[in-house]
Amino acid sequence: MTTPLLIADGLSKRYGAIQACRDISFELVESEALAIVGESGSGKTTLLHLIAGLLAPDAGAVRYRLRDGAMRDLAALTESERRALMRTDWGFVHQDSTRGLRMNVSAGGNIGERLMALGDRHYGRIRGCAEQWLERVEIAPDRLDDRPSTYSGGMRQRLQIARNLVTSPRLVFMDEPTGGLDVSVQARLLDLIRGLIADMGLAVVLVTHDLSVARLLSNRILVMKQGEVVESGLTDRVLDDPQAPYTQLLVSSVLAA
Amino acid sequence: MRTPSPNDLLVVECLDKAFTLHLHGGARLPVVSNVAFTVARGECVVLGGPSGVGKSSILKIVFGNYLAEGGHIWLADGGRFLDIARATPGEIVDARRRVLGYVSQFLRVIPRVPALEIVAAAARDAGLEARAARARAAGLLARLNLPERLWPLPPATFSGGEQQRVNIARGFAGEHQLLILDEPTASLDAANREAVVGLIAERRARGAGFLAIFHDDDVRGRLADRVIDVSIFSSREAA
Repeated sequence: MTTPLLIADGLSKRYGAIQACRDISFELVESEALAIVGESGSGKTTLLHLIAGLLAPDAGAVRYRLRDGAMRDLAALTESERRALMRTDWGFVHQDSTRGLRMNVSAGGNIGERLMALGDRHYGRIRGCAEQWLERVEIAPDRLDDRPSTYSGGMRQRLQIARNLVTSPRLVFMDEPTGGLDVSVQARLLDLIRGLIADMGLAVVLVTHDLSVARLLSNRILVMKQGEVVESGLTDRVLDDPQAPYTQLLVSSVLAA
Repeated sequence: MRTPSPNDLLVVECLDKAFTLHLHGGARLPVVSNVAFTVARGECVVLGGPSGVGKSSILKIVFGNYLAEGGHIWLADGGRFLDIARATPGEIVDARRRVLGYVSQFLRVIPRVPALEIVAAAARDAGLEARAARARAAGLLARLNLPERLWPLPPATFSGGEQQRVNIARGFAGEHQLLILDEPTASLDAANREAVVGLIAERRARGAGFLAIFHDDDVRGRLADRVIDVSIFSSREAA
């Protein structure tokens, strides 16, 4: 068996009277794409934030295998270790691109920031790398010096992806990466993400309410309802032969996912 | 598990399947019960019987797409057998990459991706490097008479028969040892049907096994080593 890259163990989180996540456990191996699906309020975004260390759980732990092979409890990392992890080995693609980008810094600056955080000070090399990444996410290189505020919604999402992937992370978190985009733009972005996952062997934890996005991008799925995982399994099995009543309702409520 | 022969690629035992429809008062829809059969190396086993008897469901269960409620689906993988009925998602994903392929009745189109890339991606998944994968994809599309001018285009606007040939090429690109075929020739004309029959015969000669549904009597007659009448496993009449 492959050693897990990340282990979530008994994660719980409560907001006042609302149990946002209750006793959730799962493992993720390298190059595996896991989708967390459910309706608004099901706790999927809370779970993502717990795993990504953006939120502290009331109970439970997240363990991650660092590049040196050591399995570490996220809560036990020092602040500088945690920042280093988030800047290099992890990526986070937000639905709202203004949360994932610096809007008043050029596209090149957005991509170069993580490289500089790693200690690279060679301007030409950083610029060259930023240019390559723009091309890889299908943005014309002559937009390198423009600010993301001048970009369309689809371009901003692609820039966010480039900014995250420039350090070759092993794990990328995605929160509704195609949410709010036109359908035609979504298809193009999904295909781009799919290709990058395959080429770079990325592990992904993806939150989406869109089952067709989950089908296209993930191998495995967790279905959440009211803070609990009601069903999990191989993505196409869960979508084509759902077992839990709630999953059957979700799947039957959409047009041809 | 009964003692498998070294030639077995697939051993299905005591397989049961029913759907529980929770949105319809928990109604039980029995599909098949006590399904048992084997597929050996180089063999082509065809599932027969009238429509609605559970043929496609059995194919989907063997591929891991539908959940088996009971029984075992032993899939040969090197020296060992993986029970698809109990395998983890990761094990099934891995088996699909290397040893177990599936050609559905229709191409599920990924928007924007050119036909050649769709086929090449399946070969890359099976472990080929990019250049070899494209070469294999091109070979298959040529073999299936898909005009070369269509290769760089996404199949969304292709005819049904053209889409199905992309689908077949994708299914064959992984060169899996066991390939599941759900009416692959249904939308093809005689010449292209011949191409598919030739491709299957060639793979069988190299040891691949096939589990298939063919409605075309001619194709079935020429390819099937055995036809299993699924009616004997069907729960529908009894229900």
